[in-house]
Formats: sequence, structure tokens, C-alpha cells
Amino acid sequence: MTPQVLTLSLFLIVVALTVAVTIWASSQTSGATDYYAGGRSFSAFQNGLAIGGDYMSAASFLGISGAIALFGYDGFLYSVGFLVAWLVALLLVAEPVRNSGRYTMADQLAYRMEQRPVRTAAAVSTVVVSIFYLLAQMVGAGSLVVLLLGIEGGGLQNFVIVCVGMLMIFYVAVGGMKGTTWVQIIKAVMLMVGTVLITVLVLARYNFDFSSLLAEAAENTGKGDALLQPGLRYGGSLTSQLDFLSLSLGLVLGTAGLPHILIRFYTVPTGRDARKSVIWAIGIIGCFYLMTLVLGFGAAALLDTGAGSAVAASGGNLASPLLAEAIGGGAGSTGGAVLLAVISAVAFATILAVVAGLTLTSASSVAHDLYGSVIKKGAATERAEVWAARIASFVIGGAAIALAIPAQRLNIAFLVALAFAVAASANLPSIVYNLFWRRFNTRGATWSIYGGLTTCVGLVFFSPVVSGTESSLFPSGDWAWFPLSNPGIVSIPCGFLFGYLGTITTREPSVETAFDELEVRALSGAGAERGLGERPSPRPASEPLPALE
Amino acid sequence: MAEPAERSSIRDGARDSSRRDLYRTIHSSDDFQSLRRRYRRFAFPATAAFLAWYLLYVLLSTWAAEFMSLRVIGNINVAIVLGLLQFVSTFLIAWLYSRYADNQLDPLASRLEQRFDEEAAR
Repeated sequence: MTPQVLTLSLFLIVVALTVAVTIWASSQTSGATDYYAGGRSFSAFQNGLAIGGDYMSAASFLGISGAIALFGYDGFLYSVGFLVAWLVALLLVAEPVRNSGRYTMADQLAYRMEQRPVRTAAAVSTVVVSIFYLLAQMVGAGSLVVLLLGIEGGGLQNFVIVCVGMLMIFYVAVGGMKGTTWVQIIKAVMLMVGTVLITVLVLARYNFDFSSLLAEAAENTGKGDALLQPGLRYGGSLTSQLDFLSLSLGLVLGTAGLPHILIRFYTVPTGRDARKSVIWAIGIIGCFYLMTLVLGFGAAALLDTGAGSAVAASGGNLASPLLAEAIGGGAGSTGGAVLLAVISAVAFATILAVVAGLTLTSASSVAHDLYGSVIKKGAATERAEVWAARIASFVIGGAAIALAIPAQRLNIAFLVALAFAVAASANLPSIVYNLFWRRFNTRGATWSIYGGLTTCVGLVFFSPVVSGTESSLFPSGDWAWFPLSNPGIVSIPCGFLFGYLGTITTREPSVETAFDELEVRALSGAGAERGLGERPSPRPASEPLPALE
Repeated sequence: MAEPAERSSIRDGARDSSRRDLYRTIHSSDDFQSLRRRYRRFAFPATAAFLAWYLLYVLLSTWAAEFMSLRVIGNINVAIVLGLLQFVSTFLIAWLYSRYADNQLDPLASRLEQRFDEEAAR
């Protein structure tokens, strides 16, 4: 069996397994709660795994280890930010959002504000964040294939991006949240097993002495001690230091504003389970990011990461799979081929699971917020809404495929960091204000979402990411006047400022009394949507039937 | 059931006036006020603390390269130790909050929830 055949078979096994799970899940899905929220039937541990599966994307697995291999310690800064960010979700967001919403990020805003403007704004920002994030995953899929089949060239890479896109549309359109969650659980387990395996093998080579692994990484790359301390990527000029500060802010504040993470909290029966699932997720994700340290420095120690190497040419994205090959015995050996195939399959599963989660989130928001509440004004049947979500998944999937093809030269972790910046600028301010500021109102919410979103996306457009340098999206043009490649340091305060200004320039007394109701519901879970079998008292007659919403 | 179209532009929470009143009664109850106080007493300082600690780490990584490159054991320098300490503090805060919520918040919250269900059913 040649390595390519082995890899391809493992890929097909991953696809077959996830497709089977999706088809099974679709037979378990009947109404809107099943489709959008997996019937709120997952346990805290299952959801913790699924959150891990949703969060540890190709950016983490391929991007961070690659960034560490190339830039040493500066890559590890991503790991720290990605983990610490979970405390915002745990302490301020998870339980209150679960208690006050039903299906989408917009629900907790719509609870006390005018539905149509806030739902429209939230849907727009959900789709924008998800598309940024989707791009990163599809770029990862493309570069994996270049490595595995050894064929450089647009045609095949584009073909793979299209295939991944079709699969993700299938998961979402057919399996809904139940199918997507199971795909994420399977992926989280595969990813943890694969990462532990490579980590142990790498450490074993150095007799479990992390210090000597670092020494060899410093020596092998020729960068010496500079590799082990901050500054290789973000040191030097003031611009790059500010860029790093900006990135760090976006990472730590972005997580709790990521729509695909927020809707995971709706898949458990109660707000308490949402909190517990975040605790599980922190444990799982934390262990994973600790291992990226070994993967990244392991790749720096054992692989050629110099200019012109395969690792450098891929922006670091191929460091983990190539490390697996090297640790298994090197190119051409059986062990190397097997490990390379296994790790590539893990990366592939990772990408599939994350793209499914992102597409589902956007499709849910388009169907529930735009179609159900704004266009049909709440009169759409559940069936029609779910069909709208299925159709939306085709459109969004198609858009992601079309955009991913030109974005292929950007580092995945970097692209994801942009998605985080958008989430932190456009979503987090309105979520935090809504939960903790009594006067916050409809105008404040729309201003903060549109203001944060426009500032963030606008600054990216005028940054070196899009034009002006050789590695830009459009290397031939030059309209970059904003020096930072991550806009967070400007756009996050803007999101908060716009929300503040919008709120204080108008009075909306109804939101203030509704704030008290929201607060009771958010903190205690009284009257919150519960999972099946979690309703202690018979349904009270005064409670509105779901069809009303 | 005939009016969803007209009502949809209103906020979600405004749909049922008896529920609204019930929420407000609960809001002014001692149980709720103490739940709110207890929640904020943990969540706000903890958030401020971990954000400040993270920011310190980021600023040191950016502008204190010499300090960060001091060796602690073997090739392990201050930067790596501080990075790992961020992991430790995250795990620690998560564990503390989990324990705090189980003991201090959940009993009050369940009581309020039960009260809501009973009175809403009336």
C-alpha cells in the first residue's frame, strides 16, 4: 500500500464515519429545537467535548504548531490567549446566555429589545465572523492535500476545497445540530488521541526532558535562544509590537463573542450544564494547547524549517503532519507513512467538524433571525424555518468555497485571529452590555454591532493583509494605510464606544424594566428553555407556546 | 395565537404580562438580590484579575524581552514559566468558580427557579 493510498483510505474512513453519524442524527431530528439545538439533550461532558471539537480548529492544530515551529515562543502566545479567553465565557457569558436565549446569539438581545433591528444586526455579524473563520479552515484543507498527494497546483487544491465545502453543507443540511455535535465529539476524541500520541513520541525521543527538546529546537533552527523567547515574530518595530498587543486583545475577548461557540450552550438541558460544559472544555482545550508547545518545538527540533522548506512554504501549516512523519521514522519509512496518514486524517476530521459548526451557526441565524423573525415576522412555521436553514447552508457554504480559493496563501492561525477580532469588536460589547447594563437599548445594540463590525472589517481592508506587501491578498495593489495586520486594539474599543453612544443618545424605558426580567432569568434560569425531561412542573397555562415565537 | 405577526416587533420578554410581573416580584426578593450579589462578588473581581494578569503577561512579552529570556531551569526561561502559569491560573479560576457556583449560587438559583415554576403554574 503506497502512502497516498493509505492516507486516502483513512480520509475516506473519516468521511464515511461522519456521514453515517449525520444520517443517523437526521433520523433523530424532527422539530426546530432538534435542528438548532440538538434537542437540548447533550450532557455537560458531551458538550464540553463538542465545544473542544468546535474550538480546536485547524488554526490550533496546524496553525499554532506551525507558528511555534517558525517563530518559536511567539506562536505559543496564541495558545495562551486562546485558552485564557475561556474565562470570559465561563464567568460572564455561558450561563446567562444559555438561560436567556433559545437558538441563536440574537435571542438574548431580542429578549428585551426591538426584535427586528437587533436580530438583523446579530445575523449580519454572525455570518461575517463565521465566513472569516470558515476561510481559515478551508485554506487548511487545501494545504493538507498539497502535502499528502504531493501535487502543487491550483486545480487539485481547489477541487479539495470544493469537496470539503460540499461535505460541510451535507452535514449541516441533513444532520442539523445533532449531527454536527456528534461530528465534533468524534473529532475532539480523534484530535486528543492523535495529539497525545505525537506528543509522547516526541518527548520520548528526548527522554521526557523538555529542556533538551528546547535546546535542540534552538540549535536546529539556527535561531538560538531567540526561538525560546518572545520577539521573533512580533518583536522589533513598534508597529509589530502594537500588532501583537492588538492580536492578544482580540484573542482573549473574541472567544466569548464567537457565534458558533455561543450556540453550543443551547444544546444542554440547563444553564448549569452550560457552565459545566465550559469547565470540561477548559480542561480539554487547556491540555491540548499545552501539547502544541511540544508539537511546535518538536517540529522546530526535528524538521527543516528554514527558508524554502516545506514547513516555511506552507506558512507553518504543515509542521504537525510532517513532524508525525519524521517521528514515525521519516519519509519513505512505513512508520512515517502511517503516522503521517493518521495525523492528516485527524487534521481533516478537525476541519470537517469546525466547518460544519460554523455553517450551521450562520444558517441557523439566517433562518431563525432573518427569515423567521424579520421577514416572516414570527409567523413562519418551524418546518419552514428549518428548510430556510438548509437552504441558507448551501448559500453560505458556496460563498465560503468561492472566497477560500484566493485566500490560500495566508497563515491559518492568523486568519482565525481576524475572526476573533471581529467577534470581539462586533459581538462581545453588545452581549456584555445587554447582560450587565440596565439602560442598554436597541440603538446601542445596533450601533455597537454595526460599528464594531465596520471598523474591524474596514481596518482589515486597509491593512497590509489585503494589499501592499508580497504576502497580501492582492499583492499588486497598495491601499494599505492602516499599519497593523490585526485591528483589535482600535476596533474593540470602538465596538464598546458605539454601544455606549447609541445608548445614551436615546431613551427606551421598556428595555430597563425588561432588564430586571432578563436578569432574573439569566442568573437563576427561571423560565429558561429547558431540555426534554427537565421540566419539573407541568407546563403552566400562562406560558406562551413555542409557536408564538 | 392570532397575533404573532403584530407582536413580533416587540421584544421577546414582553409577551406575557403575568410572567413579567412574576419576574419583577422575584427580582426584588431577598433571595434574588443575594444571588445577584454573590454572583457579582465572584465574577467581577475574578474577571478583572485574570484580565490584568493576562495583560501583564502580554506586556512583558512585548516590552521586557530581557527579563523574559532569563533562564530558570536548563533551557526553560521566564517566558515559558509565565506562559505555563497562565494555564495554571486559568485552570485554578475555573475550578474555584465551579466550586463557588455549586455551593453558593446553585442552591439559591434552584430555589428561585422552583418558586417561578410554582407561581407561574398558578
